[in-house]
Amino acid sequence: MAQITLNLTELTPAHIMVLFVSLGAVVSGLGFYQPLLDFGGAGAAVPLTGFGHALVTGILDALNQQGLLGLFTGGLTSTSFGITVAVVFGYFISILFDPRG
Amino acid sequence: MQAGYDEIQQYRKMRQKNAPPTPLFANLLKAFFVGGAICAFGQLVLNIYRGMGFTVAEATVPLAGTMVFLGALFTGFGWYDELGEFAGMGAALPITGFANAIVSPAMEFKREGLVQGVGKHMFEVAGPVFVYGLTVSFVIGVVRYFFGAY
Repeated sequence: MAQITLNLTELTPAHIMVLFVSLGAVVSGLGFYQPLLDFGGAGAAVPLTGFGHALVTGILDALNQQGLLGLFTGGLTSTSFGITVAVVFGYFISILFDPRG
Repeated sequence: MQAGYDEIQQYRKMRQKNAPPTPLFANLLKAFFVGGAICAFGQLVLNIYRGMGFTVAEATVPLAGTMVFLGALFTGFGWYDELGEFAGMGAALPITGFANAIVSPAMEFKREGLVQGVGKHMFEVAGPVFVYGLTVSFVIGVVRYFFGAY
């Protein structure tokens, strides 16, 4: 399962990443991402759209279990593992390594 | 003196006009195969976690963490930026590229200090991704809540 991204747009990678996370969230909200995930496995989970999907499913699950409170807790609960790894290990790695060149 | 927004835009246009045309098809192909290879590796990791007894939904959580860690580590070795130059968004869009977007500027600005350098620049790209990801998913949650579809 591969992803193609257009290199021809005017946008910076940051714009495209924001766009894809939002896109993943919207598609997930419409209920179309789960089938994609079932079919593609990591091919759907690894791209950033999968991050958007994780945010939305986290919120919906938490809404189910805790009601309105879940709206505020669910998104970060489902993504907390990845975010913590990103920040903590990202920090240590940028301390340990020096940029090349 | 800081260049104004208009000047930056002008410079961008100028640079674009003078830049050689990008070999679109070759770029797409590179992005496709590198992105695909990263996802295929992710699938391998996913299968390992499933073998440990996680369901697919549960396994995507440590999967994301593992991929983020590897992306950060490879950025530290300087490999991921090279891959990014080769594959463009094919390397940037997987979650490993998200880790790269955190570590790369953090390393770059290390000489400006641990707080103003590393701490601040870590979220140069990740910050916007969090802001929009959280906001959009929150709005979706609100909409689904009012439609009773959750």
